[in-house]
Amino acid sequence: MSDTNVAAETKQTARELMIPKFSFRKHGGLVALLIILAFNIAVTPNFLQMQTLFVNISQVATIAIVAVGMSLVIATGGIDLSVGAVMAVAGALAPIIFQSSLGVEYPVAGLVLSVLIPVLVAALCGLFNGTLVCVLKVQPIIATLILFISGRGIAMVMTNGQLQTFNMPSFSLLGTGKLLGFPFQGWLALGIAAVVAWIVGKTLFGRYLLAIGGNEKSAHLAGAPVRKVKIAAYVICGSLSGIAGLIVVAINSASDAARIGNLMELDAIAAAVVGGAVLSGGRAPIFGAVLGAMIIQLVKYTLLANGVADEVALIAKSMIIVAAVYIQQSRKE
Amino acid sequence: MQFDSSTFDLRRLLGNSSSTQALGVWAALILLIVFALLRYDNFGSAYNIVSFLNYNSMFILIALGMCFVIMTGGIDLSVGSVAAFSSVIAAFLSEHGLEYALPGGILAGMVIGAINAFMIVAMRIPPFIATLASMLGAKGAALVISDAQTVSISWESNFTALGMGKLFDIIPWTILIVAVIAIIAWVVLEHTSLGRTVLAVGGGQEASQLMGLSVKRTTCIVYIFSGACAGLAGVFLASGFGAGQPLEGLGWELSAIASVVVGGTLLTGGMGSVPATIAGALLLGLLFNVLNFENGLGIISLSAHWQSVIRGAFLFVVILLQARMASKADLSLRRN
Repeated sequence: MSDTNVAAETKQTARELMIPKFSFRKHGGLVALLIILAFNIAVTPNFLQMQTLFVNISQVATIAIVAVGMSLVIATGGIDLSVGAVMAVAGALAPIIFQSSLGVEYPVAGLVLSVLIPVLVAALCGLFNGTLVCVLKVQPIIATLILFISGRGIAMVMTNGQLQTFNMPSFSLLGTGKLLGFPFQGWLALGIAAVVAWIVGKTLFGRYLLAIGGNEKSAHLAGAPVRKVKIAAYVICGSLSGIAGLIVVAINSASDAARIGNLMELDAIAAAVVGGAVLSGGRAPIFGAVLGAMIIQLVKYTLLANGVADEVALIAKSMIIVAAVYIQQSRKE
Repeated sequence: MQFDSSTFDLRRLLGNSSSTQALGVWAALILLIVFALLRYDNFGSAYNIVSFLNYNSMFILIALGMCFVIMTGGIDLSVGSVAAFSSVIAAFLSEHGLEYALPGGILAGMVIGAINAFMIVAMRIPPFIATLASMLGAKGAALVISDAQTVSISWESNFTALGMGKLFDIIPWTILIVAVIAIIAWVVLEHTSLGRTVLAVGGGQEASQLMGLSVKRTTCIVYIFSGACAGLAGVFLASGFGAGQPLEGLGWELSAIASVVVGGTLLTGGMGSVPATIAGALLLGLLFNVLNFENGLGIISLSAHWQSVIRGAFLFVVILLQARMASKADLSLRRN
C-alpha cells in the first residue's frame, strides 16, 4: 500500500466512522438495543421507572468509560487485559490517601489528591504497558498480562487484603451524586466518550491512531509517530480505568481490592467489539463502545430482573460477543 | 517467526524453538532447584517432589495443549473454564466409576474444543474472541449444571484412584499420565507430518494453504487437543481434590500462556517446544514452592497477596530477557 493510499483511506474511514450511513448491519447494535428495550418495557416489571434507569446508568458508566479506553487500544491492533487490575489499584489507593493523616488534616487537599494520584498511577500503569508493547515489542496480550496478574496483587498488598470502608460524602459524590437529575457518572461517561470521539475524529492524533491500526508499517513510512501514538493509547486506557476504579469505590463507599473491576477486561473488550471495534485494529467507534456497554449491561439487567440466574447471563454474554463479531466478519468480506 | 537453518543444530535436541531461550529456561530451572536443595532441608524429600509434581500435573497438561494452539498462531483462553466444566461433569459421572467419569470429562473438554474450532474455522472468528466467548460460556455451563455449588464425588467408586492413587505406592498416576502425554506430544511435534504442519500453519497460514497443507484440519486438531488436555486436567481436579469445582480454573489460561512464553515460545506461532513448555510450567510452579519454603524458614513472611505480585514480576523479567534476545537476533539478521 502506498503512502497516499493510506492517508486517503484513513481520512475516509475516519469520516465513515464519525458519520455512518444508515444500514442494518452498521446499526445492528442500535437495533439490538431497541429490541432489548422494547422487550423490557413489555415483560420486565417496573422497567419504566427512574429507579431502574438510575441503577442501569450507574452500572453502565464504568463499563463504558473503560470500553472507550479499550477501543483506543484495540484501534492500534492491541489489547489491554490489565484494565480490571488497574481499577483495583486506583480504587485501593483513593481511601488510603484521604484517610491518611494528611488527608484528615487537610480534607480538601486530601480529596483532590485522592482523585489525582490514583488516576496518575493508573496512567503510569498504561505507560508501563505501552512501553512494553512499543519499545520492547512485546505482544500486547503478554505485556498487559503482567499487570493483569500482579496489579490486583499490588492492590491487595496495599490494603492488606482487607475491605476499606469509609464515610467521605464529598468523595462518594463521584458515585452517588446527581447532575440535572441524572447520576453524575453517567454524565462523566458521556463527556469522556464525546471528548475521545472528537480526538479520534477530528485531531491529527486520531488520524494517526487509525492509520497505525490500519497498517502500522505504512503509517510509519508516512511519517506517523507510531510509538508515541500507541503509547498514548495505552496511557489513556490506563487513566480511564483508574477513573472507573474510583467510581466503583465511590458507589460502594468501600474499597475491596479483590473485587473492584473483577472481569472488567472481558466486559470492556466485549463492549468494544459489540460496538464495532475490530481486533486487528484500524477502527475506533467510540460511541459504538458506549452502545456496546449499554447492550451488555441491559442484557445482564434483563436476565437478572426476570429471575434468570447469573450463570445463564454469562452464556448469553458469550453468545452476544460471538454474534457481534460474526456479523462484523461477514461485513468485511 | 520464520524457519531458519539453525533449527538443525544441537538445540534441536531440546526442541525446535530455535533460540537460546529454551536453554535459558532449563538453566533457570536447574539453578532454582540447586538453590532450593541447598537451602531447604525437606525440599528434596520424596513427599515434596511427589506432591509438587502431582499438583502441577494439571498445569503442565493445560500448558501442553496451549503450546500447540500457540504454535499455530492461535490462543485458547477457555482452558480454565473447560477444566472447571469437566471437573463438574466428571464428579456427576463418578458414581458410575472411573471408566465413565474419565472419558466423560475428557469428552466434555473436547466438545468445547470442537466448538472453539468451529467458531474459528467455519465462522472465521478470531481465536482470541472465540475462546473468550467459550470461556464465559463454559463457566456459565459449569455453574448452571452444578447450581453454583461444588459437586461432591462418589467415594465408593474407583474414581479417586486416578487423582489420589499411586503406582507401586510411589508415583501418582497423574504424573505418569502427564509424562506419557508429554512424550507423545513431543514425538508428534518433532517427528511427524502433523507436527510440521502445526509449525507451518503458525509460520504462515496462506503459505501453508498454498503448499497444500490442510490448515483447517490442523487448526481443529490443536483446539480439540487443547480442550481434551483441559478436560483431563478437570478430571484430575475432581478426582484429586474430591469435588467437581465450577468456580475453579480462574486465571489458569493465563498461567498456561505464561508457561508457554517462559518456555521461549513466541505468541506469533511457527515455533515452540514441548520440553521447554514443561520446563516453563515447572519453573512457575517451583517459584511458589520455593516461596512456601522461604516462608517456612520464618526469615521473611510474605502474605498470599504477594504471590501474584511476584509471579507478575517474574513474567516481567522473562519478557525483558526475551525482548533483549529478540532484538539481538534481529541485529544479527540485519548484519547478515
